[in-house]
Amino acid sequence: MSKVITVSPSPHIFGNLSVNRLMFGVVMALIPAFIVSVVMYGPGAIIVTCISIGSCVLFEYLIQKYVLKTGVRISDGSAIVTGLLLAFNLPSNLPWWIIIIGSLVAIGIGKMTFGGLGNNPFNPALVGRVFLLISFPTAMTVYPKVQGWNTPYIISAEEIDTFTGATPLTLIKNGIKSGRGVNELLEASGLQYSDLFFGNIGGSLGEIAAFALIIGLIFLLIRKIITWHIPVSIVSTVFFITGALWLFSVEGHEAVLNTLNMNLPVIQTKDANDAIVLFHMADPLFHILTGGVMLGAIFMATDYVTSPMLPKGMIIYGIMIGVITVTIRLFGSYPEGISFAILIMNGFTPLINRYVKPKRFGEEVKNG
Amino acid sequence: MKTFSRGGVHPPENKLSATTGIQALPPPQSVKIPLSQHLGVPAKPAVNKGDMVRVGQIIASGDGFVSSNIHSSVSGKVLKIDNELDPTGYKRPCIVIEVSGDDWMETIDQSTKLVKETNSEPESIISKIREAGIVGLGGATFPSHVKLSVPRGKKAEYLIVNGVECEPFLTADHALMLEKGEEIMVGTQILKKALKVKKALIGIENNKQDAIRHMADLARNYDGIEVFALKVKYPQGGEKQLIKALLDMEVPSGGLPVDVGAVAFNVGTVFAVYEAVQKNKPLFERVVTVTGTSVRNPSNFRARIGTPISALIEASGGMPEDTGKILLGGPMMGKAVGDIAIPVIKGTSGILLMPGIESKRRKIQPCIRCAKCITVCPMGLEPYLLMPLSEKSMFDRLEENKVLDCIECGSCSYICPASRPLLDYIRLGKANVSKLIRTRKSQ
Repeated sequence: MSKVITVSPSPHIFGNLSVNRLMFGVVMALIPAFIVSVVMYGPGAIIVTCISIGSCVLFEYLIQKYVLKTGVRISDGSAIVTGLLLAFNLPSNLPWWIIIIGSLVAIGIGKMTFGGLGNNPFNPALVGRVFLLISFPTAMTVYPKVQGWNTPYIISAEEIDTFTGATPLTLIKNGIKSGRGVNELLEASGLQYSDLFFGNIGGSLGEIAAFALIIGLIFLLIRKIITWHIPVSIVSTVFFITGALWLFSVEGHEAVLNTLNMNLPVIQTKDANDAIVLFHMADPLFHILTGGVMLGAIFMATDYVTSPMLPKGMIIYGIMIGVITVTIRLFGSYPEGISFAILIMNGFTPLINRYVKPKRFGEEVKNG
Repeated sequence: MKTFSRGGVHPPENKLSATTGIQALPPPQSVKIPLSQHLGVPAKPAVNKGDMVRVGQIIASGDGFVSSNIHSSVSGKVLKIDNELDPTGYKRPCIVIEVSGDDWMETIDQSTKLVKETNSEPESIISKIREAGIVGLGGATFPSHVKLSVPRGKKAEYLIVNGVECEPFLTADHALMLEKGEEIMVGTQILKKALKVKKALIGIENNKQDAIRHMADLARNYDGIEVFALKVKYPQGGEKQLIKALLDMEVPSGGLPVDVGAVAFNVGTVFAVYEAVQKNKPLFERVVTVTGTSVRNPSNFRARIGTPISALIEASGGMPEDTGKILLGGPMMGKAVGDIAIPVIKGTSGILLMPGIESKRRKIQPCIRCAKCITVCPMGLEPYLLMPLSEKSMFDRLEENKVLDCIECGSCSYICPASRPLLDYIRLGKANVSKLIRTRKSQ
């Protein structure tokens, strides 16, 4: 018998889950998408990711040690996840100092002002991204063209037009504004759906390859780190709403007429000059494969701290994110919108948790 | 395979003493029998200092409504009736008896012959059970005669026999089913008669295949007893979870099992009922598992009530060098004690000696809202929310969020990746809310 006998209340054994393990699981799940970004964008992807993770961890350390004085807890791995997710939301040619500003906002304002891990109402990586998007709109919306390992990290001002381009979603949005049809725009740009799936497009580091993100999702589901409710409800909401609207656009009308021989009406809208034009939009598959819907639905919206606790709450949250995303895309000025949608719904999470309760044992008496 | 639907965890089973059988432990030199071994008010001593007592003689009578009689487990002289350390960790009234010989009351049938037939009427069965001081041996120690007196207006339809033993390490019920299966069957028939029910369901977790086969074979010769194998999941041995698993009915919040027509007894209790009714033997000994990863010979002992746990630890090969925590019961719901002079009582199902390195709590980290605690809660509660509400003494919201439904199974604290002491605070909240409700009622 050892000298000290511990007397403590039950339970006396504990499972092997830990915060580190969960965070490490998220990092593992992000690896396929990281590999794709390196294959597509070369050294820039590595540089942006390293600066982002490094500065997030450093800022968390400095704030915990010298400002909050709560003791350093960077070993829980949450700053690494924030850094990685922030990098995944940035273009691979973003100047180093902008990344550092983004990290400072993400960790400093998004997380530590509220008391650190577990207390932040908004997803820190998204706070950082949205801050940069508003503050540096050009740098944040111009993406290098995919050239594999030869993609330059630093692009001089003269070379900008040769080496960079817009995301597919921006391309379509601006094209429609100038009165061109989606099919025509896709043909002109030579964009294939396989490019959207395998990441051969312009965009933030982590958002380009749907397949890599889906591998990550499967990993997260198998390891029971997240449940299916949030990703599935977001993606299916975006799919069904854009799908329903698409049926009444010029493109949807043609597709339905050609395959099912059914005639659907086309919505008419007004353009900038108040002239009546026919409604153009990309199909629902295009919408879920582009603009970070997969990245947002799988990795950003599922952040434990800022998403609802119960399956029912998660589905309400997911559907609302989908609705807001589509609204911003079709009617707002930004081509994407999922970052804003997630941040808005983060704000509703405490309310959802307050009113969505689990079914208590013995609540419904099933008696004979 | 049946199981309960909501929540639950799978701690490592560690049933080290599953195949060792039951050994009878001889009476120790002296016993310390607490007067409070049941819910409700302590029993009143019926002997005085200096009296000579025999095995099975009543030494304290339970007069309170949920109180029960206490019998001497040994023969000898009453040394004192004084406050002694009991399993609660407090000094409370105990009868200390110095043992001499092993002289049983002659009314007790000491033979091992199985007595199948019973002619007793329900009322006399219940009064025999009350006389014998039988309480729930699963750990809750609720007096059995009270459970058998179905409240007016309610009707029992099913007898549930609990052979689940979902706590890791413990094997007392498992060993008892293997050795005394026939007696448990007769006990079940007696309880069916007392409750005037036609159907008895025995639930056993699927990690005890031998016990399931044995009990199912025996049940074929008895009317209206069915044995069910249950999928292994903690806390299936909880009364409400077992009823849900077997009958697919939920005991209403704040209600009793009889509200859904069920009355549940542990297999150990059923065996004690058999002995009381058929053999006239009061409850003064029980099966206790002594186990732990470092224990030399993990075993199941039939021990007299009042035996110091040190005697049981000695009999299983002595206290391991690395022991850092001594538990009465299993690792999920057991109680840690700080002294080995503490006696075995009616509710002691096991003694678990945990190595020092496993006995420390982990460092508490902030809640990351992973919702694992909600997922595992078998009662559909939100431990992540109840803990801060309890910390901040927000009793109204605790009550609103059903804190009193908590069965204290510990699944939330077990699963929490941030090692938060969820159950500690929920217990505190429960105590405070109960106090609040009592004052509200008394006003």
